[in-house]
Amino acid sequence: MSIRVIEEKCNGCTLCVKVCPQGGIQVKDKLATIELDRCNLCGACVSACQFRAIKIEIEKQPREDLSRYSGVWVFGEQSRGRIAPVVFELITAGRQLADARKCDLAVVVLGESLDKAIQGLSDYPIDKILICDARELAAYDAERYSRVLSDLCRQLKPEIVLAGATTTGRSFLSRVAVQLYTGLTADCTGLAIGEDGLLHQTRPAFGGNIMAEIICPYTRPQMSTVRHKVIPMCPKSPNGRKPDVVRLNPKPQLFGSRSELLEFIEQVESTINIVDADVIVSGGRGIQAPDNFAVLEELAKALGGAVGASRAAVDAGWIPYSHQVGQTGKTVCPKLYIACGISGAVQHLAGMSSADTIIAINKDPNAPIFQVADFGIVGDCLEVVPLLTRRIAALRGTAEGSTG
Amino acid sequence: MKIAVCIKQVPQTTEVKIDPETHTLIREGVESQINPFDLYALEEAVRVRERLAEQAEESTVTVITMGPPQAEAALREAISLGGDDAILLSDRAFAGSDTWATSYALARALAKIEPDLVFCGMQAIDGDTGQVGPGIAVHLDYGQAAYVARIESIEKRRITVKRLLETGYERVAVRMPAVLTVVKEINEPRTPSLRGKMNAKKAEIPVWRAADIAAPEDKIGLLGSPTQVIKVFSPPHREGGERWTGEPAELADKLCELLAEMKIV
Repeated sequence: MSIRVIEEKCNGCTLCVKVCPQGGIQVKDKLATIELDRCNLCGACVSACQFRAIKIEIEKQPREDLSRYSGVWVFGEQSRGRIAPVVFELITAGRQLADARKCDLAVVVLGESLDKAIQGLSDYPIDKILICDARELAAYDAERYSRVLSDLCRQLKPEIVLAGATTTGRSFLSRVAVQLYTGLTADCTGLAIGEDGLLHQTRPAFGGNIMAEIICPYTRPQMSTVRHKVIPMCPKSPNGRKPDVVRLNPKPQLFGSRSELLEFIEQVESTINIVDADVIVSGGRGIQAPDNFAVLEELAKALGGAVGASRAAVDAGWIPYSHQVGQTGKTVCPKLYIACGISGAVQHLAGMSSADTIIAINKDPNAPIFQVADFGIVGDCLEVVPLLTRRIAALRGTAEGSTG
Repeated sequence: MKIAVCIKQVPQTTEVKIDPETHTLIREGVESQINPFDLYALEEAVRVRERLAEQAEESTVTVITMGPPQAEAALREAISLGGDDAILLSDRAFAGSDTWATSYALARALAKIEPDLVFCGMQAIDGDTGQVGPGIAVHLDYGQAAYVARIESIEKRRITVKRLLETGYERVAVRMPAVLTVVKEINEPRTPSLRGKMNAKKAEIPVWRAADIAAPEDKIGLLGSPTQVIKVFSPPHREGGERWTGEPAELADKLCELLAEMKIV
């Protein structure tokens, strides 16, 4: 297990020096040397080198015959009888992968009284719906769900398992991956079968400043989580063959758990789940005062969207943390992101730079947000936004559009 | 009670720049910091210790990190913020670890300490996976609660917490020992105290190697990592587009037209 620089190929160009996150490479006399104590084998230099002068050597073998694994599974996350929207996006990717691997696509659902919940799935191009229907599985529990899914994977041996990168998906799939001694790649933005027959998973790292392509060559299943709104929703195939519904009986000894669910407290504000919104109107310190979030709220309502905020606004106590967009807040991928009075610090961009369209309104023409905004409006958002809201109302001919 | 906190040393993103010509990340001379989410984990651990002390129960907060030798600086900072002692898990054999191998190594180290509670930040801002916390829970066969926004109570061997979900909160009671991953909402981290800084300076921080935690070669480092990074590249570069100036009324009109064209309105 080692990394080395191939002397004959290295010409001392220093590109590797620039990309090393540990500052562990030096170039002397036109030759790169890697400080092994600093190197964490991340592979950034291997990838960056134009001359293939750096190599990481690994000697590893699969522990079992991987050809026994077949099938693509999508975890059909559900809550209180409703299948999570991200599942219908995962079906798009799942179908492509299953077709490429010439195997079946199944959606796996855990819960109680699932017949109604799974009805919506039968219009989609999936081959099977596997359900584990038990009272103990009614509410999500990390230990129970992960034991049940791990057991299913051991028995039925899927080659690929996909799940939504939701609080549920992430907190329990990571357990399954450890239990099965296999690889899980979080927040994938790209999934494809490579020429090697492996699942190639592309994902952002470092708040989106870097993209990494990852494989899981020696173990199965290859597992990935994907965020909501990254993959397009799968079109229905109402005239296609309906999927087979297979009822599985998980063994009762898998239901043990050290956790007990006491209560679920739903948040009444519909704007709280900004991750689901197609339009987000976001505010930063530039909106001057906490009351002005009401102005953004009006616009968000008019556009059928949600209200977001920069860390500065949240830290100032102007709006709850659940609205925070950014590196230490939520990552969102809406069709439209309107940033009002937000300067555009790197950490904020990390949370919203994959929005389809970004509109920024800021008094400061030098605000960094203008470097990524598709439409940069230099102006006072406190003046522009209320006028915009009125224009929209007028356009719709509602009673509120009095002045127009 | 023994409380452990897992932290990670990550690069400081405010220092990170993109090279305008190659569009790659320039990491030269970039400083390190404790992963921001871990600061909340550490603060909560220290608060638990303080709350228990009020009930005349003694406890210690041990901070641990897996990293290269320079990660020691992060551990000293953690002590200045209230940690009682620290352990640096460091060995070249750990290099190239993915989340499986990292959670394994940390779990082996934690198994030597036998903590009743393990605190982790929700995720690291460089890897962004959030997988190590739950992985540790599985390796240790501990209880788990992820995305904890508040600790309501700790009694006997049970901890009751509030978890932050997309659509609200969940109140859960978990039997200890348990691993908790925390979100920012849980507290407001303190700044280092004078005593804390002194403790940080004096602290002796042992370095544990792979042999010290009896970690087999095939469960750590590259060999122990089921996932492999085969390529690292820059994301598609986002450029600024049109710039508009003018009177608020004009701008509002133009914006409304744009939204109509986009079919948002």
